Amino acid sequence: MGELARINLGESEVEKLHKNIGGVLGLVSSLKGADISHAEGGEVTVKNVYRQDESPHEGGEFTERILNNAPSKKDGFVKVKKIL
Amino acid sequence: MRIDLSQLTISKAHELIQSQELPARELLAVYLDNIKKHDGDINAFLEVFDDAYEQAESVDKKVKDGQTVDLLAGIPVAIKDVILIEGKTCSAGSKILENFVAPYNATVIERLKRKGAVIIGRTNMDEFAMGSSTENSAYKITKNPYDTERVAGGSSGGSIAAVAGQECLVALGSETGGSVRQPASFCGVVGLKPTYGSVSRYGLMALASSLDQISPTGKTTEDVEIIFDAIAGVDPMDSTTVSPDVIHNSEFIIQNLKIGVPKEFFSLTGSNEGVSDSVVEGVKNSIELFKSLGAEIKEVSIPSLKYAMETYYIIMPAEASSNLARYDGVKYGFYKSGTGMMGDYMNTRGAGFGDEPRRRIILGTYMLSAGYYDAYYKRAVSTKNLIKKDFERVFKEVDVLLGPTTPTPAFKVGEKTDNPVEMYLSDIFTCPINLAGVPAISIPCGFDESGDKKLPLGVQLVAPWFGEKRLFQLGKQFEIANA
Repeated sequence: MGELARINLGESEVEKLHKNIGGVLGLVSSLKGADISHAEGGEVTVKNVYRQDESPHEGGEFTERILNNAPSKKDGFVKVKKIL
Repeated sequence: MRIDLSQLTISKAHELIQSQELPARELLAVYLDNIKKHDGDINAFLEVFDDAYEQAESVDKKVKDGQTVDLLAGIPVAIKDVILIEGKTCSAGSKILENFVAPYNATVIERLKRKGAVIIGRTNMDEFAMGSSTENSAYKITKNPYDTERVAGGSSGGSIAAVAGQECLVALGSETGGSVRQPASFCGVVGLKPTYGSVSRYGLMALASSLDQISPTGKTTEDVEIIFDAIAGVDPMDSTTVSPDVIHNSEFIIQNLKIGVPKEFFSLTGSNEGVSDSVVEGVKNSIELFKSLGAEIKEVSIPSLKYAMETYYIIMPAEASSNLARYDGVKYGFYKSGTGMMGDYMNTRGAGFGDEPRRRIILGTYMLSAGYYDAYYKRAVSTKNLIKKDFERVFKEVDVLLGPTTPTPAFKVGEKTDNPVEMYLSDIFTCPINLAGVPAISIPCGFDESGDKKLPLGVQLVAPWFGEKRLFQLGKQFEIANA
């Protein structure tokens, strides 16, 4: 789970988490017995909230402001370790 | 001039500012002085902004030039450190964002600034809004102004304690499962969780996207109403905001208003296990007060409430694990190097997140993982729909619901930190509201005087979707009758 969540967990932490999470899973286990047969259905009106793909802002307008927070950057890009 | 801050409201402050009897700059100075004197005891603020005076002075200049300024102009507002204010640090109470500077204003901030409100600082909170006591902040613990050995509540403890401690006039917090109503109840102030979709979440750091709402707090219902009116409304930057079918209560008549008390929350005649005697008394007194105003009280039943906690503790961690995936040391925030890209993520997040985010992220990841998604998340979403339908049904029988906000008054610092499940149960009356998406308000209804310090108590009113006006009118009548 630690790897899936991309969090380095210490060994003693894993044990404590087992207990804590076990407690919460116990709390939520009663949901297994819930009768959800009437949960679906009902009218749902869907409307498109996407804006038109037009009038873009000037390229580079926000770059500096956004990159100010990046730990590692180069030439207007965020810099990371090799992916491929 | 001497002013009693505990009696000051937005309306009164506005009169003082507009008439120049007390300019905004001087009003601000009184609050900043209070913060200097007392905030060391309660730890409400993470930072007081150095441009606050500048904001106040620009209001005073307009007034001197003969302009009529907005009701909110010059009013000192504190903001929970999870709402972006351009150019200011925004940390979500976490070390992983300790030096993050917001590149833009949240919509609610834009709306407040346009009215001339003075944004005085950012307030303490449980890390990433995960908690019910503000003990999970990576920085400090916020104490209850009524008893500094007790918690202010959470996760918006800082904002509420700042209002209760006369360190600002009003504040913004955020709710996912009760994070403004619960501390409001603990600290004796008013807290509103608006209808999901009525206030823009653009610029609010997300915890659980289907539940989060920015929530105002103040000493009176009217003050909370004024803030809500200023920040609510459709926002093209948040596609989950909707234009409501406003419930028209042009003339509010409390006679024959039907108030429902859900028996799953509160028994009118039987025992209320797990709820403090003082809370029971507070709720019963509130019921009597509404009766005396002419309302009809009726016991109702919302059976699906018994699944609310479980549904919440599946949906919230699942959505949180997804929303917090972005904190990876790449675009912003704390960064710790590791072996390769994966190592970077593992080390950055491993070192940057506190205990509660780790717990909830792992829980959420588990519940969304292959093989468990159907059993947990999908099932919980179905139950959430059931709960929503149950509320729809009950609001055909009654106009408003009433019950306790919290099972007990404020608990002591450290009392629940070893047992997460016990901490989670303090939200038992608030989180079902977030699941249904309906609006709810917590209003002070008295004090618990059983111990050596008197502790505030709150009562909760719940209205149908977009029924905030109903809550405000009831709250105001309650305050007058309870005075």
